[in-house]
Amino acid sequence: MARFLLRRLGLVLPALWLVSVLIFALAEIVPGDVARTILGPYATPDQAAALRHQLGADRPVPVRYAAWLGSFVIGRWGDSMVLHRPVRPFVLARLGNSLTLAAIALVCVVPISLGLGVVAGLNEDRPVDTAISLIGLSLTAIPEFVSGVIVLVVFGVQLGWFPIIAQPPPGAGPVERIHDLLLPSIPLMLVLFGYIARMARAGMVEVMASDYIRTAVLKGLPLRYVIVRHALRNALLPTITVIGSQVGWLVGGLVVVETLFTYPGLGKLIYDSAVGHDVPVLEATALLVAAIFMLSNLTADLLVAMLNPRVRYSD
Amino acid sequence: MAAGPAGPVPPGGDDAAMGGAPAGGVDAAARRVRGRPVLGRLIRNAAVLAGGAVVVFWIFAALEWRVITPYDPFAVGPAHPLASPSRVHWLGTDDLGRDVLSRVLAGAAPGLTIAPAATLLSLLGGTTIGLVAGFHRGLVDDVLMRLVDAVMSLPVIIPATVVLALVGRSTTNVILAIAVLFSPLVARTVRSAVLVEREREYVDAARLRGDRSLYIMFFEILPNVTSPLIVEGTVRLGYAVFTAGTLSFLQLGIQPPSPDWGLTVAVERAFVQIAPWTVLAPALALASLIIGVNLAADGVRRALAE
Repeated sequence: MARFLLRRLGLVLPALWLVSVLIFALAEIVPGDVARTILGPYATPDQAAALRHQLGADRPVPVRYAAWLGSFVIGRWGDSMVLHRPVRPFVLARLGNSLTLAAIALVCVVPISLGLGVVAGLNEDRPVDTAISLIGLSLTAIPEFVSGVIVLVVFGVQLGWFPIIAQPPPGAGPVERIHDLLLPSIPLMLVLFGYIARMARAGMVEVMASDYIRTAVLKGLPLRYVIVRHALRNALLPTITVIGSQVGWLVGGLVVVETLFTYPGLGKLIYDSAVGHDVPVLEATALLVAAIFMLSNLTADLLVAMLNPRVRYSD
Repeated sequence: MAAGPAGPVPPGGDDAAMGGAPAGGVDAAARRVRGRPVLGRLIRNAAVLAGGAVVVFWIFAALEWRVITPYDPFAVGPAHPLASPSRVHWLGTDDLGRDVLSRVLAGAAPGLTIAPAATLLSLLGGTTIGLVAGFHRGLVDDVLMRLVDAVMSLPVIIPATVVLALVGRSTTNVILAIAVLFSPLVARTVRSAVLVEREREYVDAARLRGDRSLYIMFFEILPNVTSPLIVEGTVRLGYAVFTAGTLSFLQLGIQPPSPDWGLTVAVERAFVQIAPWTVLAPALALASLIIGVNLAADGVRRALAE
């Protein structure tokens, strides 16, 4: 198990490094000049050059990359060029906000979609299955901002059950926070639902057709016992991997949902900093997103390894 | 199984498991859980037809909106901004007094230009890469598969957002971004089909005949991998509509005063409380188009699988 973990961690670090190079390179080719951005259009060329020197922006690219990476690793993430504040505290606060939103979505959607996927798989090709599969397929395909706007109008405007801007007041208690975040979490759930249910269904169909299930049925076990004790464990293994990769996908959905509901999370931050060319913030945010993504995949793999000895001992 | 995230990143090989998994053995468990599939199949066929009809309707609107719109979608009407739906304006008016119905009909055009263009480009690029990688194997193949793994694992919206925001927002850039992000996925599908085909006897025959490898790839193998390619294209098209809509909602592509649905939702979001019809109409239009494309794609997939 430890070797498995080490090997997987050994893959994550180079990947993160690659992401950091890519982001740095991308920020490098962007038209625009740090000094000009800070000083505005009326500064003289001499002033701009002086500031560039002071910021170290006139050094060669590899040197600046090394310096940036070095200070990033030890936790000095620089100052935002737009907000003129240190990057780290508010990026981490935004991360907390996004994780809360994502957690609400995941906690609600995983049991529902697993359950319905299993039901569909047990009723293969019956109307129940067709309905679940088609609805899931359709919901997965609808962009978050579309389903977001629809729930916004129905539950926020018409029924007035939820606020249309998801910004819980600073002193809000956990219940109020969760209540305010339910609406933005719905579009995230809808996209995930179809995909998770589909994987659970496929796993269930495959397992139910296998020899050991036939043996269990033929030796007279009650069907419910066969499903719960024999089938589920194997049927849901691939689905766990999928849920892990969904956490990374969630971050993509967060960009959209947080923009729609003006929620101060990481997704909105990556969008705002990219649009505003706020490179230090963008670099920090993008690296965080990449790290979360890889860690969630790693967690899913570990879970699978824990549940399935064949994976654990294969290497 | 390659675990692709939902949305624009494709489901991996689970397509086969999703639909018509072969009835297989007549074992007791299967018989107990399997009912008569006729009703389910009927619902599916109806769904495919309905999906196709919706897509045809929106293509018609995208082509002929100048004829069928009751008002000029760009004409501002200062006298009646944010008017609720009435007999004069069936879907109401937006903040500039423009007719919402006309803008929704005209708004099909940008998305239905971007998505097919991006899909076609990704099919072209992906087919070429997939043919070369699958046929020659070796280093090209290894590099390609690593690239595919990397793209598969990306939440597509994030790289697209970062690149478009930094490099420049335009319709052309949106098309290129989607095409670049999608083509490795197409390449993967083509490659796996080519891996099977290259071992066939007709390829050996062509080689012995002295055909050049380019000729074998494009004139011998390509015609034999068209059906997975068509399925891939229809699936990709659905995701392209999704991604294009999302990027225009993020205002990274086409700019106002275009009636594009995603853009309209973003712009009219400010008036959601007093005039919900301004955002609801384009949102529902996009939802219907996407569901239509996916249902039709499902039908194509089934038809080719039989």
